[in-house]
Amino acid sequence: MNRRAWIRPLLFIAVLLILWEIAARRQTAHLLPGPWETAGGIADLVRHGLLLKYVVASLFRVTWGFLLAAVLAVPLGLTIGWYRRAEMAFNPIIQILRPISPLAWIPIAILWFGVGDVAAIFLIFLGSFLPLLLTAINAARSVPAVYVNAGRNFGLGPARLVYRVLYPAVVPQLIIGLRITLGIAWLVVVAAEMIAVNSGLGFLIIDARNAGNRYDLVVAGMVIIGVIGLLLDTGMRSLEKVKSFRWSYSED
Amino acid sequence: MNSLAEPRKWEKFFWPLLATGLLLALWHYSVIWTATRVFPSPRDVEKGLAELLRHHVLWADIRDSLRRVAFGFGAAALLGIPVGLTLGWYPVANQVVNPSLQIVRPISPIAWIPVAIIFFGVGDGASIFLIFLGAFFPIVVACVDGVSNVPSVFRRTGRNFGLTAPQLLARVVFPAALPQILVGLRIALGIAWLVVVAAEMIAVDSGLGYLVIDSRNSGKRYDLVVAAILLIGVIGLVLDFGIRRLERLKPVRWGFRSES
Amino acid sequence: MAPALKTKLSVENVSVTFKRDGKSTAVLENIDLEVREGEFVCLLGPSGCGKTTLLNAMAGFLSPTSGEIQVDGEVVRGPDPRRIFVFQERGVFPWLTVEGNIGFGLFKLPRAERERRIAHYIKMVGLEGFEKAYPPELSGGMKQRLEVARALAVNPDMLFLDEPFGALDSITRLVMRRELLRIWEAERKTIIFVTHDIDEAVQLADRVVVMSARPATIQEIVDIDISHPRDISAARYLELRDGIFKQIGLAHHV
Repeated sequence: MNRRAWIRPLLFIAVLLILWEIAARRQTAHLLPGPWETAGGIADLVRHGLLLKYVVASLFRVTWGFLLAAVLAVPLGLTIGWYRRAEMAFNPIIQILRPISPLAWIPIAILWFGVGDVAAIFLIFLGSFLPLLLTAINAARSVPAVYVNAGRNFGLGPARLVYRVLYPAVVPQLIIGLRITLGIAWLVVVAAEMIAVNSGLGFLIIDARNAGNRYDLVVAGMVIIGVIGLLLDTGMRSLEKVKSFRWSYSED
Repeated sequence: MNSLAEPRKWEKFFWPLLATGLLLALWHYSVIWTATRVFPSPRDVEKGLAELLRHHVLWADIRDSLRRVAFGFGAAALLGIPVGLTLGWYPVANQVVNPSLQIVRPISPIAWIPVAIIFFGVGDGASIFLIFLGAFFPIVVACVDGVSNVPSVFRRTGRNFGLTAPQLLARVVFPAALPQILVGLRIALGIAWLVVVAAEMIAVDSGLGYLVIDSRNSGKRYDLVVAAILLIGVIGLVLDFGIRRLERLKPVRWGFRSES
Repeated sequence: MAPALKTKLSVENVSVTFKRDGKSTAVLENIDLEVREGEFVCLLGPSGCGKTTLLNAMAGFLSPTSGEIQVDGEVVRGPDPRRIFVFQERGVFPWLTVEGNIGFGLFKLPRAERERRIAHYIKMVGLEGFEKAYPPELSGGMKQRLEVARALAVNPDMLFLDEPFGALDSITRLVMRRELLRIWEAERKTIIFVTHDIDEAVQLADRVVVMSARPATIQEIVDIDISHPRDISAARYLELRDGIFKQIGLAHHV
């Protein structure tokens, strides 16, 4: 995208900000902050050294929960997807667990881990595990039979087959799944922090309201959450681009 | 390699039962071996579930959760489909609006709770708003993708037969995009179900999410907690199946290749 | 042969150049062609030579970079229901039944007339019994016939067919050629048909426009002066066909 393509979206955002500011000023009860006040809230956080602290705390939990889930879910999912019978075996369990919000596990998480970082990481792990598992299962299942047959035709043993056929075929899908799941993990960490811990961006939002109705900090927190979530997503997308030069995507 | 041998019919039941059975056994014996006093065994959960079913409060909770989902999801679809179709139809509009959407999307609906409470107070309104937020974006994205993926052959044919732009949108683009829109609706419904449970744990005092929290808070009834969790899973699954049935109707079935 | 009929479509000195990322590609160069009413004309050439581009320009889906295309004396400015483009069977709408597809262009007609026409064309292309079927349930040949029926139902003056039988197996192709000629003789539309198959062109067309590779120009226009049904082992047929083979520069032995 060239430079000029950014002007219109930016203008649109500017218009939205102006509308927001107007709406905020016209409130009778002064509750919701406008963009200017929100920016002030962000500045406040920076001044107290809290912004960095909270962002790091949230990122820390996301990273651990997400990586743990990835390390377990991807190999497991690939294996399950590869063997039809394994997929048949585990599918019902997966389907029942999938619609359960990770937050519903909070009482159990607190029971096992107490209130704190580990509980939050556990929740993020739960929220990331199933989507990654499903992505890996689907990726393994969608390896075209022609690739596998060609590999066997050339005499590749199981180990080589995995390395030379399965792995390159599934990586593009896995990367997309990782990106989407990272987005999910980011949603979960914020929610988990509102309940189970004492630091982080989610905590900021709940605490700012409870301890003094500092809605400027609340909205500041939301904005920061949005921006960081976007950065994470953009970062993962650039990873997709790098890899996609090596393996072909099927484009329509 | 296992993956090549064609499984027989009986295996469709055997393997899942085996796996589930083993898991339940593992759960059951873990509870015994760790001599935990709090965590329920499968038996406990079963009894807890029966207890919940007997007390009619459960049905009220289920009804409340479903009602919130219905309103939030319905509003998201009602607003999201026209918005998505418009953005898909006018790529320029999409380019302008999309970055704003991308910034708002990563904000968990749960993070909106304080703001939602300001607007709607504590209760149904706030949770419906949160569900709306969660379901809105996937629907819009699915509509935009659906419209832009309509093969140009179809659009051309529509123009060839003399359709005006609104007619083209209604009679060619929308039906052609419908399979993808349905997928978006299904995903959004799944998200709505996740959000309602989470919202109920924080911002309201009825519904399945509330049941989970309440069972723990008033008496550490972890058997009820796990029972409620499983119920959440089952109902969510039923919702998913329901919307998948729509995908099998003939006017959209063409858009879905082989069933997995 | 036929008495001098009026000109239906005229292509005057048309050139088409595509620009992408600053680079220009000349696809068509100085095309002059006149098609008479009721004629069956084939555009013949190797794949990618630009014949589809020419067809699209004639149908109004793209504007020539220079030159003019006129139908009935009016400059072509866009697609029109009087000139229907038939794609390979992928143009059929999968969310509509056979009836729904054929009736697609008939939305301005009263219901009774619409239903009458739908029934008529279902019969004409031989799809009786499949009225309520959906395209995914039909074979390739049936879908192609459906598309032709849909095109004919709006009673256009002209039909543009872009390698319509390309996705079919060769036996079905032979059957479809015969079907198309039968339909053409029943309702004399002006037909312009794009193909890369020399036999197909000689079997179907009144005139074959042989086009060169890109940038495409008209190499030669061959009059096929054999009356239908054409005997594909007759001397005159083979003579015309070989002539075109040589025109394109192809050897005779595989």
